[in-house]
Amino acid sequence: MTREEPAGADGTSPAPARHRPSWWRMLGRDRAASAAAVVLAVTTLVALFGRLVIGDRAQRQDLDASLRPPSLGEGVYGLLGTDVLGRSVLARLVDAAATTLSVAVPAVLCSLLIGSALGLWAGYHGGRRESVAMRVADVILSFPSLLVAVVVLYVFSPSALNLVLILAVARIPVYLRTARAEAAELRSRLFVDAARTFGTPGREIIRRHILPIALPTLLTVATLDFCFVMLTESSLSFLGIGIQPPDVSWGLMVAQGRQYLQTAWWITVLPGLAIVLTTVSATVLAAWARIATDPAQRWRLTLPVKRRGASAAVPPEMIP
Amino acid sequence: MVHFLRKRIISSAVPLFCVVLGVFFLARMTGNPVDLYLPLSATAEQRAEFSAAQGFDLSIPAQLWNYLADAARLDFGTSLRTGQPATEMVLDAFPVTLQLAGVTMLLAITGALLVGSLAAYRPNSLADRFASLLSMTAASIPDFWFAVMGVLVFGVSLGWLPTSGTLGGPEIWVLPIATLLIRPFGVLVQVVRGSMVSALSAPYVKIARSKGATPLRVIFGHALRNAVTPVLTVAGDLTVGLVNGAVIVETIFGWPGIGKLMIDSILQRDFAVLQAAVLLTAVTIFALNILVDVCHALTDPRVRQAVPA
Repeated sequence: MTREEPAGADGTSPAPARHRPSWWRMLGRDRAASAAAVVLAVTTLVALFGRLVIGDRAQRQDLDASLRPPSLGEGVYGLLGTDVLGRSVLARLVDAAATTLSVAVPAVLCSLLIGSALGLWAGYHGGRRESVAMRVADVILSFPSLLVAVVVLYVFSPSALNLVLILAVARIPVYLRTARAEAAELRSRLFVDAARTFGTPGREIIRRHILPIALPTLLTVATLDFCFVMLTESSLSFLGIGIQPPDVSWGLMVAQGRQYLQTAWWITVLPGLAIVLTTVSATVLAAWARIATDPAQRWRLTLPVKRRGASAAVPPEMIP
Repeated sequence: MVHFLRKRIISSAVPLFCVVLGVFFLARMTGNPVDLYLPLSATAEQRAEFSAAQGFDLSIPAQLWNYLADAARLDFGTSLRTGQPATEMVLDAFPVTLQLAGVTMLLAITGALLVGSLAAYRPNSLADRFASLLSMTAASIPDFWFAVMGVLVFGVSLGWLPTSGTLGGPEIWVLPIATLLIRPFGVLVQVVRGSMVSALSAPYVKIARSKGATPLRVIFGHALRNAVTPVLTVAGDLTVGLVNGAVIVETIFGWPGIGKLMIDSILQRDFAVLQAAVLLTAVTIFALNILVDVCHALTDPRVRQAVPA
């Protein structure tokens, strides 16, 4: 059994141990995964710093420039055309990237933290704690997330904070199930028994012995779940109960462009492409991370694609 | 089998009851439910009258009891928009969604079994990589955008398909079904492939091959039967998720199904209808989950035996 190490999926882990090639090397070997990583990195940078560059461009109206098609002659902001109020589609895409990520990232982090903590705790202790936690997960999962979001946003007001809360709660069971399964399997391993014999308290065993092994799987699930959260947010915004104008998200842009579909395709097509590009990248990266963090499968990434053999697909617990 | 069924019904009745309670408390969490039911322009007398008529002046436990009794009799009051009984409206809309969802899942499962199995037969072949890319993309496309693009290309530009509505021949089904289909199809292809890859490497498949069984017989006669269990679970979960898609598809294409009914009642604050629709959906999902478990038990004897007496 190879010794597991805490994941440093961002490539910041200390000098790589001899038995495992560096994260960068493994990423470089997989062309699809490296392209996906670049796309996600660019999206994140745009979301973080884009607003500083564009200023108020996303809201600035110019009725003379209404519904201009994408062109090279109108400067940077005319590159992707304008919407009906003459606002630059490019600037709005940049602005929407920040909004979209500011909902998706906190929601994923919240559900990752809460779900994993509860799941590891339930899985390690077992018994009644385990069955209660699993029942709660069943209740949440047995209901369509969009519907819950719709009902809750009906009662409370649709705001970015409420969106984050709903999406976080709706996705907690996914991590809870994964973490529980990992912890339940690990709790009877010899090294956990040894730690228990020395009198290590349960909390410490979970933190120091179980979490490092479960973390790669949980992070992979989180990467994949990021897609789902993003898609739900954009669906809600599209339906008019998510992000509210004057804020703008990619889903909302698609909704706003729908009435001009016949005359101005670019308002609807481009934000959709942005969503697809981001979610597909996250899916590809998650598939790569599954292999890269699995000591039994890692060797595949050191070979050319053709000789890697069969790798597993998406595990069922990741399916929303 | 009967014992298994009873056990399963009892354990999944808990979530259902939670949903029923949740709907009740959600309406009361914001304060006075009268504000939810009545229009903003209602006078103080109207409010008091409505409050007494609906029993909102009673204590919370008494209200809860009345609500449960009404729910058991399928009485959710009348719609604010149309004045029709809410239950009637919901039952009218329900078959439309059921048809859409049924056809979609049938197509998704058949298609995924075919594509997934063929992809798994030669892992990492060109066909496999193409299928993986296709399914990953399909599972990541936002359905509302896909629908709008379908309308743009096939409805507006080419004029082959109607852009919305339920009147006309079979062509009205194409875009709604395609929109609902992409996500379940994409996810299922990945699940079928994964589960087939492990089934095809099992010893009994080697034996079947060495006996000279044709590839088709190995895939569909031997491996697929054993690989179908996880597919069933995921298909059940995806059908629950189909409600999400139905809301979108029915809104875009103007189908009078339960998804559109829900979103309309939300936007027009028609709480009686919303309540009825949410509960009916919950009951359907409850029944569906049990159905999936029964199929599980039928296809896998280990599941049947795993239930303690």
